[in-house]
Amino acid sequence: MSDLIPTREEQEGNGEVRYRMLYESDDKIYIRHIRGIYTRIRKYTGLPLLLAFFFIPWINIDGRQSVFFDLPTRQFHIFWTTFGPQDGFLLAWLLIIAAFALFAVTTWMGRVWCGFTCPQTVWTMMFMWAERVCEGDRNKRMKLDKAPWGVEKVLRKGGTHAIWLLISLATALAFVGYFYGIRDLVVDLATFQAHPQGVFWVAFFTFATYMNAGFLREQVCKYMCPYARFQSVMYDEDTLAVYYDAKRGETRGPRKKNVDYKAEGMGDCIDCYWCVQVCPVDIDIRDGLQFECINCGLCVDACNSVMDKMGYERGLIRFTSEDELQTGKTNFLRPRLFGYAVVLLAMVGLFSHQVATRSPIEAEITRDRGARMFRVSRGVVQNVYTVKINNMDQAAHEFTIRVEGNPNYDYSVRKPRSIYLKAGEIYPVPIRVSVPKTQLKDTKHDIDIVVQAVDDQELVTKHRTVFIGPKQ
Amino acid sequence: MSTFWSVWVIVLTLANLALITWVLFANRKVAVDDQAEPENKTTGHVYDGIEEYDNPLPKWWFMLFIATLVFSVGYLVIYPGMGNFKGLSGWSSVGALEASQAKAQEKFDEQFGIYLDMPIEEIAQSPEALKMGGRIFANNCAVCHGADAGGNFGFPNLTDNAWLYGGTPEKILETLNNGRQGMMPPQGPVIGEEGVRNTAEYVLSLNGLEHDKAMAAEGQKVFNTVCMACHGMDAKGNQALGAPNLTDDLWLYGSSREQIQHTIRGGRSNMMPAQKDKLREDKIRLVAAYVYSLSKQDEEQQ
Repeated sequence: MSDLIPTREEQEGNGEVRYRMLYESDDKIYIRHIRGIYTRIRKYTGLPLLLAFFFIPWINIDGRQSVFFDLPTRQFHIFWTTFGPQDGFLLAWLLIIAAFALFAVTTWMGRVWCGFTCPQTVWTMMFMWAERVCEGDRNKRMKLDKAPWGVEKVLRKGGTHAIWLLISLATALAFVGYFYGIRDLVVDLATFQAHPQGVFWVAFFTFATYMNAGFLREQVCKYMCPYARFQSVMYDEDTLAVYYDAKRGETRGPRKKNVDYKAEGMGDCIDCYWCVQVCPVDIDIRDGLQFECINCGLCVDACNSVMDKMGYERGLIRFTSEDELQTGKTNFLRPRLFGYAVVLLAMVGLFSHQVATRSPIEAEITRDRGARMFRVSRGVVQNVYTVKINNMDQAAHEFTIRVEGNPNYDYSVRKPRSIYLKAGEIYPVPIRVSVPKTQLKDTKHDIDIVVQAVDDQELVTKHRTVFIGPKQ
Repeated sequence: MSTFWSVWVIVLTLANLALITWVLFANRKVAVDDQAEPENKTTGHVYDGIEEYDNPLPKWWFMLFIATLVFSVGYLVIYPGMGNFKGLSGWSSVGALEASQAKAQEKFDEQFGIYLDMPIEEIAQSPEALKMGGRIFANNCAVCHGADAGGNFGFPNLTDNAWLYGGTPEKILETLNNGRQGMMPPQGPVIGEEGVRNTAEYVLSLNGLEHDKAMAAEGQKVFNTVCMACHGMDAKGNQALGAPNLTDDLWLYGSSREQIQHTIRGGRSNMMPAQKDKLREDKIRLVAAYVYSLSKQDEEQQ
C-alpha cells in the first residue's frame, strides 16, 4: 500500500475553512457482467443450495414438514429425527464444527465462503441479474441512472424493483415457513388468516432481504460482517487468494495488437480496467490483496477473457498464493491447515456418532428432595426417585421402569400402573425403590434405573443413581 | 411519582435526547486545515507500525443513529417513559401481567374446567387427568409428602391405604380444601412417667414389636382408661377425630421405644394447610383424584 486512498471531501463555508464529511455514501458500484469458469462454479454450487432452501419445506416426511422448527412446542424436526431443547449441545457442536470448517477452508482458499456460498453474495448476485435483465449491462445502467425520469426509466427501474421484491418475498416466505409451516403460511396469508407475528416476520424478512441485497450489498461485507473481520487473520503466505501477477503484468498500458510489447518493456496487463469494472466490492486487485476482496473470482474470469482476446497466456490474475508468486510453489500441507483438518474430521466423526446413536428416549433421575435420604417402613428401606421421561420418538409408547443393582438384593419398585407417553411428551414419574432391611449391607450403593418402551425393546435408556440406606 | 420528580425525569430524558442529537449532528463534519498534512489523514493511532486512516464512516451508519433517535421519540410517545405520562398505547407492565394471567386463566378453564363436575372416581380413571394431577402434586404437595407421596416424618404416607381422616373422595377433598389440625394431647402430666413407659410397651405389643410383657400389661390398663376415648377399644383409631390406628405398624412419628414414649408424654400437634385459597377448585379435584389413585399402584418385585 504505497499511495494513500484519497478521501473525498465536501467544501462548505466561505472557502476559508474546508470541511470533510465524516459520514458519506459509497459510490454506487456498476458491475460489468462477465462469464467464465468461476461464474459457472458459483452458479452450479449456488443453484442446488438455493433450490434446497426454497423447496425443502415443501417436502413432507412422515406426514409433517421435513424441516420444521416448531418453536412453541420446542421441537425441531430435521428430516427423520426430532430434536428438543436438551439437544442444544448438539447445536453448539454443530456451530463449532461449522466455525472450524470455515477456519480450515479460509486457511486453504481464503474467503471462498464469501465469494461463492455466502447468502449475502448469492442474493446480491441474484439482484444484479435482475438489474441486468431490466436495465442492461454496466454502461446502460450508468446512462439510465443519469437520464431524466421518463416512461422507459420508470418501467426499467420499476421492473428491477418488482423482481427484487418478488425474490425478497419468496425468500421471506421460505424462511418463515421453516418456523410456521410453509403450507399453512401460504394458505393463511392468501386467506388473510395468518398470525400477526407470522405476517410481521414475513414483512420484516422481505424488507431486510430487499435492503440487504438491493442497497447494502458489499457494505455488509466491509463493515458489518464479523466473519469478514476475522477471516483476514487466517490468511498465511500459502493461502490461495486472487492475486495479480505484477511480475508478468507490469509495466501496464494500452498497446496495439501484434506489436512486440515486451521489447518496449511492457507487461501483459493492457490496463483495460475490466477487472475493476466486474469487481463487486469496487477494488482494483492490481493494487494487491485488500481486505474487501471476497475471493469471488470475477476479475479472474474478466482478465482471462481479455487475455484470450489478446492471445496472451491466461492467469495474469489468478487464484494463487503469496508464496507461489515469490518462490513459484504453494506449500499446501502446512501444520496449521493439517491441524484444522484433523480437528475437523475428528469432530465430524464424533458428532455423526453422537447423532446416529441418539436414543429417542431420554430420562432424568432426581432423588427426592425430602429431608431424609431414605425411609424405613415395615422392614424395607425405601428410596424415592423422580424419573422424568422424555419421549422424543414419533410415536406414543407405554413404558416400564426397572432397577438393576446388586444381584443379592431383592429390589421392588412401586410406580404408576401405566406410564403412557404421547409422542414428544415429557412426564415426571415418581418411583419408590425398596430393599429389605435385613439384606441391605451397604450404606450407599449404585443402582441403574432402566426405562424401556414395552412395545419396542430398542427404546431404552439407563441411568446410574445411588441408593442410600441406614449406616451399617 | 410526585410532580417534581415527574418533571425531573421528563427534563432529563429530553435533555439527553437533545444532547445526543446535537452530538450526532455537530460531529458530522470536521474542518481540515490541509489534506496534504499527513497527520490529518490518520487518527494518530499506530499499532505495530500499522496506522489507522481517518476515513469517513458510511452514510447508513449515520442513518442508523437517526433511526434510533426516531425510534426513541416514537417509543416515548407510545409507551410510558416521560415521568407520569402514560403513553398513548396505555401499556403498563401490570396490564401486561394481567393480560397474560387472563390468558393463562382462559387456558386453564379450557383444560381443567371439565373436571369441575366430574366425580373423583371418574377423574381417577383418566390417565391424562392423573398426569395433570401428578404434576400439580409434584409442585404443591411433594415438598412435604414426598415425590412418591410416601410421606416423611410427621407427614402422612398417602399411598398405604391407611387414612387418618378417611380415604373416600369426599374426605380427601375435605382434607385438601380445608386442611386438617392433627392434635394428640400430652399425656405425661395425666398418666405420669411410669404410665408413659408402660403404655409405650403396650403400643409396641399391639404391633408385634419387641416389648416387655409385664409393662405392656400395666400399659393396657392405662390405655383402656385414657387412650381409648380417641383411639378406640381395639386401638384401631377413629377417622372422625383423625386418631391413628395404633395396630398397623405404620408410624407417623417413628416406632422406636423412645419415639413412642415421646409421643405419649408430650403429645403431637400437626397441621395440613388448607389449599382452598391457593389452588383452583378444579386443580384440587385433580390432586384429589391423583391421591385417590395412589393407593392403587403396583408394587413390583424384581
